[in-house]
Amino acid sequence: MSNTGFIADYLAASLRLSVPIAFAALGGLLSERSGVLNIALEGMLLTGAFVGAAATFYSGNGWVGVLAAIAAGGLVGLLHAWLSVSLRVDQLVSGLAINLSAAGLTAFASRLVFTADTTQKLPGLGAIAIPGLSQIPILGTLLFDQDVLVYGLLLLIPLLTYLLFRTSLGLTLRAVGEYPRAADTAGIGVARVRYISVIVSGCLAALGGAYLVLVHVRFFTEGISAGKGFIALAALIFGRWHPVYTALACLLFGATEALQLRVQAFNLNIPYQLLTMLPYLVALLALVGLAGKSTPPAALGIPYVKESTGD
Amino acid sequence: MNLTWNRVLPVVSSLVAIAAALAVGAGLIAIAGVNPLHAYGILFNEALFNYYGVGNTLTKTAPLLLTSLGVLVALKAGQFNIGGEGQIYMGGLGSVLIGLYVTGLPALLHVPLALVGGFCCGALWGFIPGYLKAMRGVNEVITTLLLNYVAQYGVSYLVSGVLMERNAPSPFTPQIAPTAQLPILLPQTQTHAGILIGLLATIILWIAFTFTPFGYQIEAVGQNPTAARYAGMSVRRTIMTAMAIAGGLAGLAGAGEVLGLRYRLFENFSPGYGFDAIAIALLSRGNLAGVGLISLFFGALRSGANVMQRSAGVPVTVVYAIQGLTVLFIAISLVLERRLATAPPPLPSPS
Repeated sequence: MSNTGFIADYLAASLRLSVPIAFAALGGLLSERSGVLNIALEGMLLTGAFVGAAATFYSGNGWVGVLAAIAAGGLVGLLHAWLSVSLRVDQLVSGLAINLSAAGLTAFASRLVFTADTTQKLPGLGAIAIPGLSQIPILGTLLFDQDVLVYGLLLLIPLLTYLLFRTSLGLTLRAVGEYPRAADTAGIGVARVRYISVIVSGCLAALGGAYLVLVHVRFFTEGISAGKGFIALAALIFGRWHPVYTALACLLFGATEALQLRVQAFNLNIPYQLLTMLPYLVALLALVGLAGKSTPPAALGIPYVKESTGD
Repeated sequence: MNLTWNRVLPVVSSLVAIAAALAVGAGLIAIAGVNPLHAYGILFNEALFNYYGVGNTLTKTAPLLLTSLGVLVALKAGQFNIGGEGQIYMGGLGSVLIGLYVTGLPALLHVPLALVGGFCCGALWGFIPGYLKAMRGVNEVITTLLLNYVAQYGVSYLVSGVLMERNAPSPFTPQIAPTAQLPILLPQTQTHAGILIGLLATIILWIAFTFTPFGYQIEAVGQNPTAARYAGMSVRRTIMTAMAIAGGLAGLAGAGEVLGLRYRLFENFSPGYGFDAIAIALLSRGNLAGVGLISLFFGALRSGANVMQRSAGVPVTVVYAIQGLTVLFIAISLVLERRLATAPPPLPSPS
């Protein structure tokens, strides 16, 4: 294998592996910027993966899968919002409950849905090459010969950055996450903003799951999310709740995971389990190295109680 | 009267949460095309009213109990220990090393030593997130979650590499020395002494939390770290100690799986006990007897589920769904409970 070929392959694998994490992390960003801790990303991603795979399996159309995944992720987001915003359940407990339920329910349902042939590949989403740009060496195939989800993700990063820091909508969102009382006094519906953020966060995390089953591996297995939602959380902290840095952190974790595949391809004498461990270890070290330097939104994890209701 | 109501309420709401989860589970079983009453009948009949089934239930209760106690101790210190799964793996590793490489000891010494090995490795896996939380302010939830994967893959690496038995068909270690094996309690079953270790740990914790200043200190730090600090307690040290004990208890669970059940270290040997433990600890509301009973219930679910799959054709995974849903419903019931509690509402803060 030539050197440029290797680099191009490695970059492509890194990008592919960071896409699910990045969708989840950007979803988590919205939720946490609004003040709702979202450890449920893992369950949302897994739900998106299962529903996306099942809908594609029944309809034979990847697009149906994508839409179904978005809808299912939104519903999980709604559940998390209801539990943590309306019922004011401890947000960790709520997230944990969602993760455990999603793991159990998808494992059960997948045995009913994908009964006969689990190795059968799902019809995925095809790549769409952008004429001209896709001819650029290395970067061309990497960035401009991808499927719609990757394009969507690449657009989402600047869009979210703009939205968060340059529009009044973003200001509203940040205000709710930092000073909910002040936002409330200014006439902003704190609960409504949090509901919307958490629901959209569910949709995005589910898209990450859909990418996993429709583009990356093309079938569903139990527990396919494998902690990607948790790595996304680490990326979020590492990226200091900023879309661009968070996406870069995801790329770092994706690149770490890709190392494992490349090394295996090269027959280097490094046991693969050691490399499977690497992304989690890197995420851990990133958190430790950044301790105290990354400040979460001030009201993160604290349920908001309107003063006038008196309870 | 109010007092009794407030004492009974948590029990009632836990039962309601379990019932609700079982009800949804019944729906799932029906979707799978089986009569839910028939399936549950097989499950509980097998798990609770059959000698071998009870043996199996107790075998599965042991790791659940120990790991849940670990989650509980951390919870009392205000720490969310989601790392039970990884701590189980580390415990298994610690105990197998002593079971394999320490030889020539009588069982009376070898077994306790191997248990200590499991406890220490698990404790290390609890101490690390505890240290990071107390000294560096790193959120323990994410670190314990990530450490789960590191431990699980780390064990996979070791048992398929340096620790692997020569020519083994799949990754596992050689068998540990007979002197390190836990005795079987019920003849012709796999019920090993791990369940006794779990009971002993429960009693020790009960004594610690009821009578000792140390137990009081853990609860004080968990309930109000600022007040505990003013009272002269070291919040940091308490958090680290509680997390280490938590990890150690889960490590004992892993040690029991190796020393009592498998006599070897396998890769992926825990079927998610560490996650069930979170559900159990939350359901128990800090009540140690509650932890014991709920562990038994979860153990019965897991033990009966296999038979249910064999004879009624319902996938075992329905039990995982029921367990996850139990946490969901307990979260909801906690809120309902808060609203139903007859205590007078707190006075609005002056502002």
